[in-house]
Amino acid sequence: MTAITDRQKLQYIAAKAADARVNVELETEGMTLNIGPQHPATHGTLRIVARLDGEQVVAAEPMAGYMHRGYEKLTEVRTYAQVTTLVNRIDWLGSFANEVPFILAAEQLMGVEPPPRATWIRTIFFEMSRIANLILFLGDMGVQLGAITPVFFAFRDREFVLDQIERVTGGRFHPNFDRIGGLKDDLPKGWIEDNKRTMDKVRSFCDEIEDLLLGSEIFQERTRGIGVIPADVAMQYGLSGANARASGIDWDLRRDNCIGLAYPDLDWKVWTHPDGDSFARFWVRLQEVREATTIIDQLCDGIPSGPVMAKVPRIIKVPEGEAWVSTENPLGEMGYYVISKGDLTPFRVKIRSASFNNVSITPWLLRGVYVPDIITILASLYFILGDIDR
Amino acid sequence: MILGVELAYWQQTIIRVLAGLVAVLLLTGGVVYLYLFKFVSFMQSRLGPMEAGPYGSLQLLAEVGKWLQKEDIHTKDSDRFIFGLAPAIVLTSTFLMFVVIPAGPNAVIADLGTGIYYVLAMSSLSVIGILMAGWASANKYAFMGALRAGGQLIAYELPLVLAVIGVVIQAGSLNLQDIVGAQSTGSIFGFDGIGNPYILTQLIGFLVFMIAVQAELTQTPFDMPIAESELVAGYQVEYTGIRFLVYFISEFATAVGFAAVASTLFLGGWALPASWGLSDGAMHVIGPIMIATKAVFLVGVVFWVRFSFPRFREDQLQRLAWKVLIPLALANIALTAVLKVVF
Repeated sequence: MTAITDRQKLQYIAAKAADARVNVELETEGMTLNIGPQHPATHGTLRIVARLDGEQVVAAEPMAGYMHRGYEKLTEVRTYAQVTTLVNRIDWLGSFANEVPFILAAEQLMGVEPPPRATWIRTIFFEMSRIANLILFLGDMGVQLGAITPVFFAFRDREFVLDQIERVTGGRFHPNFDRIGGLKDDLPKGWIEDNKRTMDKVRSFCDEIEDLLLGSEIFQERTRGIGVIPADVAMQYGLSGANARASGIDWDLRRDNCIGLAYPDLDWKVWTHPDGDSFARFWVRLQEVREATTIIDQLCDGIPSGPVMAKVPRIIKVPEGEAWVSTENPLGEMGYYVISKGDLTPFRVKIRSASFNNVSITPWLLRGVYVPDIITILASLYFILGDIDR
Repeated sequence: MILGVELAYWQQTIIRVLAGLVAVLLLTGGVVYLYLFKFVSFMQSRLGPMEAGPYGSLQLLAEVGKWLQKEDIHTKDSDRFIFGLAPAIVLTSTFLMFVVIPAGPNAVIADLGTGIYYVLAMSSLSVIGILMAGWASANKYAFMGALRAGGQLIAYELPLVLAVIGVVIQAGSLNLQDIVGAQSTGSIFGFDGIGNPYILTQLIGFLVFMIAVQAELTQTPFDMPIAESELVAGYQVEYTGIRFLVYFISEFATAVGFAAVASTLFLGGWALPASWGLSDGAMHVIGPIMIATKAVFLVGVVFWVRFSFPRFREDQLQRLAWKVLIPLALANIALTAVLKVVF
């Protein structure tokens, strides 16, 4: 009897493995599929270069930058009041929320304290833009999965929210309403009563979407277990907002690090989901829209009276210094790092937008999924192109 | 004999083919206006086309005019001959389906003995056209769409055929006229007031048939070959103008065709119950209206489903066909055969 050497053992294992490869995997030639820049699933001009084996993704690489508008550089030649016009256009679905962290940073540098009524109205509009943004996500997710009806309901009911925003600010998409030291105007008469009805409509929209999409077996089959992000991976990639909360990370800047907004005075809840899949991301956002309506109702009930503008000089010169303010925007954490040299314009502004980090996980997440799941995952990660490219 | 005038065989054939073409195109146009333009608009809380004609009823003519004007674009690497031939094959397979569908005692283009077999064979020809389109477009999205269509249409041929076999066993014939006759002269435990429409006895077969039809038509929730949010438009992505129009017509005409087949097999077709004692002459007027109404109703069901559900993934679709629909259809056949012998 001869002893079996290690070398023979290894040879045996290698031969078995080679056999298995030949028998199981038919060697096929791969294919490179360009998803975008013009593609309905990228809602904008994101390009994803996917290397496919059959319908399975071997590697995928997101390519941003087709819509880069250079906002960080442009802010250096705009006065502080003019910057809000620019940053409105970063996340164009929830524009008002983009203005807030920048104004808060500027106020911090100047040492201006806005009156309480201004803070409350700011919080109302902050949540209104969250609703305007996430309603569209709830409808759009259906379109990406092939159900074209929900998106029409989404646009219909979003219009009521936009009407409310328009009545106060004069702009549907780009309110440009936030000022250093307060707000441009007070709320018009009767607005608060009308807002109650609008919030009821939004709540009934949420119920409708829950029946039509969330409860559908096909929707659940398409989204459950697809694109699972574990909590530690989510943290490593810097995911924020609903994407992180859907992975079970209980972290919300509105509660954990609230600067200059009225959230600590309110009774509300941060929703999380333990699964981390596409379904969880949809579910968390649906609950967030519901939560936002109750937040707005509370704000409308308890709004303090008083002026909406603090005393600020006519020509705004921000004293020398640096400030970092980030808030929980509809898409996730959005922050501005503002450096001032005591001039009329900022010296340097660094914008941290949520979608850029949220999309950075796609190469990790898309590996090994099927082509239809690319669309599910991209839709559920929910990015706005303006928020990626700035 | 048509309207008391004795005609030669070839004259009769020409009249029947022309009448068939007009009927199919009118029904298709009506279905497009009714469901694609208006029904879906009301589902989605919008008005739909309102400008062209009263309530947008001439919108379809405007659309056709637009498509006819458009440039006929070929991609550089496309196989021109096959690219042009593919839509023609798809459309041909659609129109050939209608040849044996009866609309009255004598209102049928060709009364084949193997009618239902012929219909299913013709409808599956369209796969060839779709694969040709996907290959000849020289486009990755089109190619993937065509391959998905190939897998899907072949997988759903089986439940479609198996669901029909139950009806064939019960009627004892492959001929569509005989199947219609068997339903109108049949009775339910001696009660012959409504004949015996096979939807009552073949309910499982009817449901399997309609689900398979939904997949054969590549309508949501089975529309991966088109999948406008993934593959943009699948195998149709490179087609413009009149060639796209041909795909459009064939998509909706096939919907009408399958709905007409389903109403012939399961809802009693053109006939009213024989016990009502209507003459053949009267049925030549009532029959086409009957089958058109039933077919339009069934197309409505198809579109209702289409605009309500998200789409399946490719593997989920195959699982549904092989693990659910085919066993169900086979069980239905076994049950029908046993009960046929017992009763």
